[in-house]
Amino acid sequence: MSEQERIQGGRVKLRDRIVGIIFVVLGLVIYLFFYKAIASGTVSTFIMTPGGITRGVVGNWIIPARPVLIVLAMILIGIGIYQFFFGLGKQGNLFLALACVAFVFSFLIYVSAGKRLNLASLFSSALSMAVPITLASFSGILCERSGIVNIAIEGMMLMGAMVGSIVGSITKNIWLALAMAMIGGGLLALVHAWMSIKYKVNQIISGTVINIFSMGMTSYISSMYLQNIQSLNKTPRFPSVSIPLLADIPFIGPIVFYNSLFVYGMILLMIILQFALFRTRWGLRLRSVGEHPKAADTLGINVYKTQYTAVILGGLMAGFAGAYFSLGSVGRFDEGMTAGKGYIGLAAMIFGGWNPFNAMMAGILFGFADAMASSVSILGSSIPGQFINMLPYVVTMIVLAGLVGGHSTGPAASGVPYEKEST
Amino acid sequence: MDKENKGLNREQDAKKMSTEEIFLEELSRKKAPRPGFWAKFWDAIQIPLLAIISGLFLGAVIIVVTSADVYVAFGSGIGEGFRTMGSIVGNAYKTLFTGAFGSPSKIIEALRTGEKISRAFKPITQSLVETTPYLLSGMAVALGFRSGVFNIGGEGQIYIGAVAATFVGLSFDGLPQAVHMPLAILAGIIGGAIWGFIPGWLKAKTGAHEVINTIMMNYIALRLVEYLLTGPMTKTGGGGMPISNSVKPTARIPLVFAPPITLHWGFFLAILIAIAAWFFLFKTTWGFNLQMAGANKHAAKYAGLNISLWTVLGMTISGALAGLCGSTQVLGVTYSMGLGVSAGYGFDAIALALLANNNPLGCILSALLFGLLKTGSRSMMSNTGIPLDIVSIIQAFILMFIAAPAIIRTVFRVKGLKEENKALVTVSGWGGDK
Repeated sequence: MSEQERIQGGRVKLRDRIVGIIFVVLGLVIYLFFYKAIASGTVSTFIMTPGGITRGVVGNWIIPARPVLIVLAMILIGIGIYQFFFGLGKQGNLFLALACVAFVFSFLIYVSAGKRLNLASLFSSALSMAVPITLASFSGILCERSGIVNIAIEGMMLMGAMVGSIVGSITKNIWLALAMAMIGGGLLALVHAWMSIKYKVNQIISGTVINIFSMGMTSYISSMYLQNIQSLNKTPRFPSVSIPLLADIPFIGPIVFYNSLFVYGMILLMIILQFALFRTRWGLRLRSVGEHPKAADTLGINVYKTQYTAVILGGLMAGFAGAYFSLGSVGRFDEGMTAGKGYIGLAAMIFGGWNPFNAMMAGILFGFADAMASSVSILGSSIPGQFINMLPYVVTMIVLAGLVGGHSTGPAASGVPYEKEST
Repeated sequence: MDKENKGLNREQDAKKMSTEEIFLEELSRKKAPRPGFWAKFWDAIQIPLLAIISGLFLGAVIIVVTSADVYVAFGSGIGEGFRTMGSIVGNAYKTLFTGAFGSPSKIIEALRTGEKISRAFKPITQSLVETTPYLLSGMAVALGFRSGVFNIGGEGQIYIGAVAATFVGLSFDGLPQAVHMPLAILAGIIGGAIWGFIPGWLKAKTGAHEVINTIMMNYIALRLVEYLLTGPMTKTGGGGMPISNSVKPTARIPLVFAPPITLHWGFFLAILIAIAAWFFLFKTTWGFNLQMAGANKHAAKYAGLNISLWTVLGMTISGALAGLCGSTQVLGVTYSMGLGVSAGYGFDAIALALLANNNPLGCILSALLFGLLKTGSRSMMSNTGIPLDIVSIIQAFILMFIAAPAIIRTVFRVKGLKEENKALVTVSGWGGDK
């Protein structure tokens, strides 16, 4: 309330001033560290078609590095100064996003100055790296919308990855392997649901139990069997499939519509989940259980059943996410191969405000950070890839602190065990 | 109508009787024997004990179920199958035991003849070496819980503590050990404390939940350490492997005995800190305030406590202990920093702290158990081929049973003196509710 009054009173919010300063600093960074470091006349070459693809080809994009950088720096500083003195109010977040895009773009120009960077490959791998993060975030959304916090996504993913690899190696049937991977995650989710709903165990602890167990169990099986017997750990992978017609669209086609089935699965699941959560009776009930279980119970909704369903569905989703690693990416299982993607999935869930579409966007953003980190370290930049890898975590902490966004409040009853009153 | 009236009457009856009855009850209660020390002790110990036993039992089940030999043996006959099952589990736990404590016959032999003493006592001292990081990280989580924060970020704090200690340990030349070593340890403590302070401060200031923030900080720490170990702090001639140079001898924590026994003084430091932490929590006003802030925020607020301050303080102390854990590992055990410096201690510590009921003295016992399990599992792996990850599985089971005592109570049909449902830190929408 007081904030709105302050805007009406013509004063600029402190937050706007901070963001304004950040814009100016970003602009100065572009000028001082990127612009000054490049010799004049250098060009950055962006390749606009992923390697080895012949459809939807676009010519290379050649950018004169210094002029573009100086323009971007001026724009950023200009917006920053405007924001600092006058405030952008509601458009603030939009401009923040634009500023970030501009900054990332100038960073890419700087990194690839005098070299060639395959921009299309970057986007393409960002999309596939987003898959486990996004699917993990869907798992989190399903659970938390029903009021159960799930930090065991990481463990469920690991289990899914291992089960998928073993079943795929034995049967050579990737679809069966995928199904079993999902069931593997689902079974762990059942345990999580059982502990946190029936026994009212603190949900974080219950999740930790599953994470420790899953980490131990997968490593145990791996060092007992998978590392010694190669035939148990050599699964066929899901192939890349191109979608007719759409794959011929220049630039976008090869990136989006020539991809692993997991990417299409992710998009499809996003649409289904978005619809189911916000347009069906089932979704309304699920959300009401997560917001106010007592009220939902009074209205005759079976709270426990809803929560069990949601958590198990979340586990299936996490198993699917885990299968990406073994069945979609490398074709075998390695210890700890999920590498914390389950936790970034939680971050994407928070960043996306517990909304599947926004969470997928956040997942793609985080995937982009991962992809950029690896391509930047290949190009040999002065900024180590590890710092770019850190960005998703830092961004999540900033969002959670309420500095940007403002949608960081999740379902009200999430994490609170529901005790049905005895009559 | 009738039903309601009946209910009302009963309520009134209860009220009428209550005045006399309460008096009588009070009288009689004073006469009733209070639970003695052993009853209380048994009550405190039975759930952890049964949880450990159940954990070891389920561990054995996992060993049997995943063993190919058992299936082969069952193929040739049921009796043969059971015999193989028994021998596999017996062998596994026997080597686990001798690996953790040392073989009793060898110890007796060594004590009698006075020869090969170091070899006989090597396993048990190695267990104490493994106990040290468990104890420190476990206390970090326990103190966090006591002050009302859930520090799931021990992993990151250990990394930062270790890398800070390594940095100081590499830096100074020609300092006396009496200065250099404490300085390096202190650096680790400060590093961990900073890593704990940030999520604590964010919680106090913005309401952002520490669970998600400490998880994020874990990965930030990991990336940072990865960068430092492959970049500025990398081993000279290490070929870009993520490992640092060895710290200067003056920065190392000295060993207690001659070299084949690797027990270092950090273990005793950890024990001292545990006793100090117990004293702090239960015998000082500050400790009482810390616990009050953790147990009931509203009551503590009305009692005039600054909740934000105690939240930040709790997280910072917790981080400092985890940082100390990192520095003792580098300065006392490995001498050089690698990415494996925290082998999941930050997460195992949660199981450990709950097993100890968040009591620092209890932490000593449960850390001892975890240390013994870890050392024993190494020899189990080399002797029987059962991967040492079985320990993680057992720990997960123990944590599950500790967290859900109802399962234990149902399975073993035991009753406690009082119903315990301690409100731990709960999560509600990851914060932003301030």
